[in-house]
Amino acid sequence: MAVRSEELGDSGTLMYPSRIKLPYTWHAGKVGSRFYQEIRDNCKIWGTRCEQCERVYLPPRETCPRCFCDMPEWVDVGDIGTLLTYTVVRYAVPGIQPQKPPYAMGIIQLDGASTGFMHLLGEVDLDSIGVGMRVKAVFRDQREGNYLDIKYFKPLGR
Amino acid sequence: MDKIGIIGIAQTRYRRYNPASHAELAYQVTREALDDAGLTIDDIDNTITVCNDFWDGRTISCMAITEATGSHRVPTTNVEGDGTYGALMGAMRILSGLHKLTLVVAQSKMSEGIPAIISNAMFDPVYERALGVDAISSSALQMRRYMSKYGITEEQCARVSVKNHRNARANPYAHLPLDITVEDVLESRVLADPIKLLDASPISDGACAIIMAEEEIARARCSKPIWITGVGHCADAYHLGDRDLADVDALISASERAYRMAGISDPIKEIDVAEVYDAFSYMELMWMEGLGLCKRGEAGTMIDSGVTELGGALPINPSGGVLSAHAVQVAGLARIAESVLQLRGEAGDRQVDGARIALAHGIEGACGQGHCVFVLGN
Ligand SMILES: [Zn+2]
Repeated sequence: MAVRSEELGDSGTLMYPSRIKLPYTWHAGKVGSRFYQEIRDNCKIWGTRCEQCERVYLPPRETCPRCFCDMPEWVDVGDIGTLLTYTVVRYAVPGIQPQKPPYAMGIIQLDGASTGFMHLLGEVDLDSIGVGMRVKAVFRDQREGNYLDIKYFKPLGR
Repeated sequence: MDKIGIIGIAQTRYRRYNPASHAELAYQVTREALDDAGLTIDDIDNTITVCNDFWDGRTISCMAITEATGSHRVPTTNVEGDGTYGALMGAMRILSGLHKLTLVVAQSKMSEGIPAIISNAMFDPVYERALGVDAISSSALQMRRYMSKYGITEEQCARVSVKNHRNARANPYAHLPLDITVEDVLESRVLADPIKLLDASPISDGACAIIMAEEEIARARCSKPIWITGVGHCADAYHLGDRDLADVDALISASERAYRMAGISDPIKEIDVAEVYDAFSYMELMWMEGLGLCKRGEAGTMIDSGVTELGGALPINPSGGVLSAHAVQVAGLARIAESVLQLRGEAGDRQVDGARIALAHGIEGACGQGHCVFVLGN
């Protein structure tokens, strides 16, 4: 860890540059684990369905946020959906971005889901993305059981 | 609701890279709020701090500012959310009957960390966080959805930025007073379209404190107490895909609760001035709709009409808003402090003539997941 102090402008006060290094391991839980296993092993995207309100949630979870009941039923939501909104990220943040900017991301409603699913957009001209565009999931060849096993969504027909 | 009076306020000037430490910022506004109220620290019987470990870069960061806020001898707790929630908790303390004089202090230094990385950590570590999504890119998703659902234009959003930066020129605390045009906003660097640099709030350091008192004490100690007449809060879904990002259900619920408590039936007519959490230009428009200050989808035509300008029928963010100074978490408490100045008639060149009822609003979480609304009167 670099320890140094710097003069800050003309105020005469010092700055102390440092960094917080914190390894952390999150459990995906039983629902998240099954979600990722299906993507990793079968290239299938599954959501959970609420019996009471009949909504299908993606990403899946144990409890319906509306009805506050268990959602034991799993539903294959398919890999094709509609783009609800999008952006093209044009600024760089070291360490957190999955691609070098500019890159596109959006919220996609898969045909079998009731909710939107946030993900990257790829194989797309950044200036011709549009709300309502039909998109299809592209899976990585080497899958590890995480969110980026879906590489991105690409325009349908490409 | 029993009456609660706000009898002291203080804010720092907001700026990037304030050379003061966190504790020094907290001490400055504590000292000045006490002076404003004509009290000493011994009069305060409980405190609430507002700070967040990730933003402050330390664990249980509130414990590091107990001395600076005079908190180490009295009951103190921390709110790790927006400053409006700190004020909410302060009000609850007094309503409990156990406490009579509450000091609420918020401080933050966004310049010390990397806001994109810290806001990325809002998102589920097992799911969306891997996308690198942060406050700016998630808000860009919301702005696009809002524009496409309601036909709001980038020009209308830009107009919010022009208005608020201009208002900031009369606010000595503001970070970014600017004389800019709609074209300047539209031509500013694209961060994550449709959000441009001048649609986004600055990275600010700063602090704000308010002192609230039970009615009898407020009347005895203060010639111009400002009364909390209503408060409401509500949160929406965590996963952004669960929400229609153009809609403002949680804010509608929060504001309806606050209006009911305050006895307000027609907010457009009854509210004289509003300070809302415009972290991005489009947010002021969305929040106007959620607050019932215009019909759904009509905030764009309302900004076009000039009604929300200082001097208009319903000035919004005469302080310059969060677009002109964004010390995260402090910013909601600053909306209350600015409302108090308006209701006291002490807002200087940004004064709304004859303001009697003010609204102050704060948000927390991505894309306004949670909202807290205060109605204040003089
Ligand atoms: Zn349900």
